[in-house]
Amino acid sequence: MAHSARRDCPELPDFSLLKRLARDRLIYLLEQLPGKKDLFIEADLMSSLDRIANVSTLKQHEVDKLYKVEYRPVVSTSDQLCFLIRPRIQTVKWICDVANADKAVGRLRKYHIIFTPQKFFACEAVLEEQGIFGDVTTDEWSFYLLPLDDDVISLELPEFFRDNFLAGDQRWVRTAGSALHLLHTLYGPFSKVYGIGRFSKMAYESWREQVEEGEQRARQAEIGTVFLIDRDVDYVTPLCSQVVYEGLVDDIFRIKCGCVEFGTEVTSDKSLKVMLNSQDKVFNEIRNEHFSNVFGLLSQKARNLQTAYDKRRGMDIKQMKTFVSDELKGLKQEHRLLSLHISASESIMKKKTQQDFQELLKTEHSLLEGFEIRESICFLEEHIIRQVNMMESLRLLCLLSITENGLLPKDYRSLKAHFLQSYGAEHLLTFSNLRQLGLLVEQPAGETLTVMESRVGKLVNDKTAGKLTGAFSSLAKKSNFRALSRKLNLVPKSDEEYDLRVPRDMAYIFSGAYVPLSCKLVEQVLERDGWTGLEEVTKLLNGQEFAVTGSIGADSSTKSDAQRIVIVVFLGGCTFSEISALRFLGREKGYKFIVVTTAITNSSRLIESLLGNIA
Amino acid sequence: MAFITANWNPLGEAFYRKSELYEMCWNLRDGLRDCLVSAAPYGGPIALLREPHKRSPSSRPQLEIYSASGVGIASFPWKSGPVVHLGWTVSDELLCIQEDGSVLIYDLFGSFKRHFSMGQEVVQSQVLEAKVFHSPYGTGVAIVTGSSRFTLATNIDDLKLRRLPEVPGLQGKPSCWVVLNQERQTKVLLSNGPEIYILDSTSCTAVCPPGLGPQAGSIVHMSVSFRYKYLALFTDSGHLWTGPSHLQDKMSEVDTKKSTPPKQMVWCRRPKSQQPSVVLMWDRLLMVAGVCNDTIQFPTEDQCVLVGELDGVRIISSANQELLQEVPLVCQDIFKIASMAPGALLLEAHREYEKSSQKADEYLREIKEQSMLGEAVRQCVEAAGHEYNTDTQKSLMRAASFGKCFLTDFSPDLFVSTCRELRVLNAVRESSVGLPLTHTQFKQMTLQVLIDRLVYRQFYPLAIEICRYLKIPDYQGVSRVLKHWASCKVQQKDLSDEAIARTVCLKVGDSPGVSYSHIAAKAYECGRTELAIKLLDFEARSGEQVPLLLKMKRSQLALSKAVESGDTDLVYTVVTYLKNEMNRGDFFMTLRNQPVALSLYRQFCKLQEQETLKDLYNQDDDHQELGNYYVTASYREKRLENRLSLLQSAVDEYNKAKNEFSAKATEEEMRLLRFQRKLDDEKGAGLLELSLQATMEALLALGLHKQAEQLYRDFRVPDKRYWWLKLKSLAEKEEWEELEKFSKSKKSPIGYLAFVDVCMKSNNTYEAKKYVSKVTPEQRVKAHLAISDLEGAADAATERRNESEMAAVLSRCSTSDRLLIDRLNRARACAVKK
Repeated sequence: MAHSARRDCPELPDFSLLKRLARDRLIYLLEQLPGKKDLFIEADLMSSLDRIANVSTLKQHEVDKLYKVEYRPVVSTSDQLCFLIRPRIQTVKWICDVANADKAVGRLRKYHIIFTPQKFFACEAVLEEQGIFGDVTTDEWSFYLLPLDDDVISLELPEFFRDNFLAGDQRWVRTAGSALHLLHTLYGPFSKVYGIGRFSKMAYESWREQVEEGEQRARQAEIGTVFLIDRDVDYVTPLCSQVVYEGLVDDIFRIKCGCVEFGTEVTSDKSLKVMLNSQDKVFNEIRNEHFSNVFGLLSQKARNLQTAYDKRRGMDIKQMKTFVSDELKGLKQEHRLLSLHISASESIMKKKTQQDFQELLKTEHSLLEGFEIRESICFLEEHIIRQVNMMESLRLLCLLSITENGLLPKDYRSLKAHFLQSYGAEHLLTFSNLRQLGLLVEQPAGETLTVMESRVGKLVNDKTAGKLTGAFSSLAKKSNFRALSRKLNLVPKSDEEYDLRVPRDMAYIFSGAYVPLSCKLVEQVLERDGWTGLEEVTKLLNGQEFAVTGSIGADSSTKSDAQRIVIVVFLGGCTFSEISALRFLGREKGYKFIVVTTAITNSSRLIESLLGNIA
Repeated sequence: MAFITANWNPLGEAFYRKSELYEMCWNLRDGLRDCLVSAAPYGGPIALLREPHKRSPSSRPQLEIYSASGVGIASFPWKSGPVVHLGWTVSDELLCIQEDGSVLIYDLFGSFKRHFSMGQEVVQSQVLEAKVFHSPYGTGVAIVTGSSRFTLATNIDDLKLRRLPEVPGLQGKPSCWVVLNQERQTKVLLSNGPEIYILDSTSCTAVCPPGLGPQAGSIVHMSVSFRYKYLALFTDSGHLWTGPSHLQDKMSEVDTKKSTPPKQMVWCRRPKSQQPSVVLMWDRLLMVAGVCNDTIQFPTEDQCVLVGELDGVRIISSANQELLQEVPLVCQDIFKIASMAPGALLLEAHREYEKSSQKADEYLREIKEQSMLGEAVRQCVEAAGHEYNTDTQKSLMRAASFGKCFLTDFSPDLFVSTCRELRVLNAVRESSVGLPLTHTQFKQMTLQVLIDRLVYRQFYPLAIEICRYLKIPDYQGVSRVLKHWASCKVQQKDLSDEAIARTVCLKVGDSPGVSYSHIAAKAYECGRTELAIKLLDFEARSGEQVPLLLKMKRSQLALSKAVESGDTDLVYTVVTYLKNEMNRGDFFMTLRNQPVALSLYRQFCKLQEQETLKDLYNQDDDHQELGNYYVTASYREKRLENRLSLLQSAVDEYNKAKNEFSAKATEEEMRLLRFQRKLDDEKGAGLLELSLQATMEALLALGLHKQAEQLYRDFRVPDKRYWWLKLKSLAEKEEWEELEKFSKSKKSPIGYLAFVDVCMKSNNTYEAKKYVSKVTPEQRVKAHLAISDLEGAADAATERRNESEMAAVLSRCSTSDRLLIDRLNRARACAVKK
């Protein structure tokens, strides 16, 4: 992509401060427990912890052995056990078992639980119920934010999505509020806050409360604007197949905490863990590119590299010496990365150019456009029957339901029956979950009019259809995707050529087929400085939008650079494609976006978290 | 000028002045005779108990509380036991120490607050004398009992009684005693005849004041200074001994030539002054005795009460109140006759200036020549602070302001702050307010405490004015006053809940730092639950409302407020509380109305109490969720029978929920499970837990075609699925003959391209070719391409005149297929033309 970034793009604040704070706090907590101790770490905290403090740091503070929490009896011989865990009942129960087992054999130990990012009453209630409340000491490691990259910060709370949106358990909302408060104290004061969605509003309110309680210092704002968005405002975007490089790598190899493990199909000898961030020069250039461009860029890069190597020809000894000492190492490094990404691309190529994938994409695009629905349903049916891929099937089912405002009862039942026959009856629960979230629903029998409407809508002009949709929007949990797509022009006209090399809008991240709704909302709100003019859109999104200017102890006249640094907070996760789209938007409009998310997600993670058989 | 020094009396090197503070507003019929009187320092209130010894029930003694200016605050008949002593605490509470050792605490308005006792044994032996004293630890009480024992409580707010050791040879009460505070220890100094003892918590030590010879006689009165620094002893021979309270030294001994002990004896000194003196009072005589062996005598007409202050003595009589104090040095400098101090000159200069006389310049020049103008201004400002008369204050401040004009780099801070403080002091000295504070006292007491005192006295508007005037941050100033005001307002019984709530809201608004829940708690304390709830509504932070609501047993409301706060821990606290408080049915009903709390509790139950979860769904008649619950439970079951029975329950629930689809699906699952078990038992096929599709696949793989067929029929598996399955299975096993037979069994519901594809997957072009002809025309090109038959594909595409298909074929052509490419291009051109 031509990196024609606007010159006036502001500089990003330095987020490594967050890591330092977290590390210092952890060290402080460890020092509260003097003497040798064994540290048990919750499995999904391992990677995050690795970014904050490595093993030698922990050892320096008298951590003897490190264990992963595995819900098994412990074999440690230490007299002090320290547990670093998420506030989950299951884990606390396990610790109770450990303590009670020790009690049974008359063994005396110290137990110390460090909850991160905070402790919950329910956890303490469990300790009390199991009768070991007096035997353990607890602490909180208020480690809310892990910077994954220069412009991506994650709360690393994947359960946020299921807990909040499915189970209606809102305990993490305050955590999000506290995270926001931390950013506000370090990089604020924020002068403009926009948001949409119930939890965004709650998180905002929780944060505001904390601001009011705490003392306020006047300081120069580094970040001026915040945009909060709930994941359920836009389910379509995370359900689409990702086709920008970083997204693809995540879909195929799964990026975990900013780090990916390439298997033998990429590295040829043994699997290799690679950090993926802006430090990786090669990756940094291709991460946001549509996949069809990646090879071109990589070969360009290879040629450049060759030229750089070639420079040494015709050098005298002195030049050679400086070349070796200054450049060669960098070139070698680049070389290594280049070959790695080329083989990764090849591996992706192999998977993604198959017939099946092409057809999948085609179906996806027709769903987004709202054409050839019947054919798509047939494709889906065959997809399920042939058991091509369960997750893909579910993903397409959801996409179909959202874009069409629910499935016809006939289709819904037959597809569901097919699915159960293919993958087992336990998925009754999965369907129940998906229905609860409104991801996969049946159009109520009485609502045949909507079907009519959706058909009529295609024939009659947009206006009448809009009115009709308006009439039905009172019914709960409707995605209204079609109407939204028209209002915001999310689906560019398909007959126009779209040059993916020179993208003209954010749709490039989906091969020009669809502009992500979430990012479009960000763009529109920033452009309009609020929600005015978007009333119809917010109505279709069930309202819950808000805009606050200059209330958080800051005047909005702070230097304009800070105003153009925008934090976008995704409550419930965001995808790499969305991050790419926002980076593109920032370059186009002269903003710098910082993405703060509860976790990085993609279609499979989203759907996996909703599978029925995980209790 | 002369009139200012008119009431100055010299004593040694110092001057003493007695100035009137108030004409008392009270109207006492019998004066202060036969009264128990106690006045608090720092211009505090005055308590009077008339005829404390009257005991007949028909006429009880009257307890009256007045402000320092004599404005009545409260008055009520004393119904409790006989009172020995009255005293005030540092927070303006009245202590009434009774004969039986119980101490009753009243607030400024005479309402009873609480009581405590000085010990059980006192009930028997009775309190003979008591004293209230102040120390850094708070307000303390000391008593001496009929059995000649002393008991101390150093801080009445943190009551710890200390019984002091016995005093040898003491019968009844000592002739006189004081409480001392030395080296962070509270001690009692007492005299019994000629002996003096110091009594601390462990021992009783006899002491002898240096320089007090045995000829002086026994000590009949003693007094300790405001800060326990000096001690004064009065002997029966009329000698007054003064010295530091550690009794290591002597300052002076004055012969008062009085044979009777004084009624009251109080230290009169100001901080930093080297001239401490003692004020002694007899009937009709007031004597100031200093270290210089000199005395001043004032005749008095009325019975008086002396109140020791930090920097003087207040003299309260039934008619008026006076302040007796040493004239501050700076005032002496300025006002002393013929003083040449810079301040005095400046004052004179200003006076001349006002008269438009050029002498002003002369005076000014004189000060400037000594470059003492800064000092002069400072003196005037400082002296203004010490003056009580507003005209004197004004003339001094004007002079200071005048002098300041000739200075370039003089900081205005002192001037400005003194101006402000004087305004505040003048306001509180008003007779209607009655806080006769001196500037020195004010500085010692701090503004915060002054505001508190105003608030205790319910001078809310004045307090707020002062806060605003002195620009105290709202949080410490106005808000604090409003908080007190509101807490007081809610106790007004004559106003309706509605009216109070409205007034409070109107006044308090959303001032920072005022918590409505705090006010509401106060209302609840006064038994006004409804008002408390109304007030809680104004509380912006819902979390703050919860604890009080729970206390008031408004659990439903507490729950909804907790939910509103967004603090799940709080919600959980309330839920736990409710769970223990309510019966299960009500508990569930309550949860049902609060979805957030319900989901939270459900989450907890899912992990902790599965059974409760079921009950919850049952309560709601949520058959759908119950069905899901049973299905989930079935997967945890190891034994098939149990699993089937759980699934049956699920079917029943789904039926009740009118979810036929799920019911049917579950029934089928049960059938499948039974079928799988049968086959597992018969053939050891290992089918259990497989999906229908997987079961059929497994069956076909095992060659159990009949059983697969049976499933196909029994479960009404769609033809398409079955065909795909069989196709795949046969191709995998490379049973090509079977496959061909199968293809001919009837018309394929999945078309024939699939056949071509599976054959090609096994790289069997020969078999694949068999099916190409059967493929529908739309897919024929694809079929030909699949077997890499470009010719055939080209033919098919040309036949169909389909441009995109032709293009697809073309893209597969390599350069060697020259002829074919030409042909296709021609056909393509042809097709485009049409």
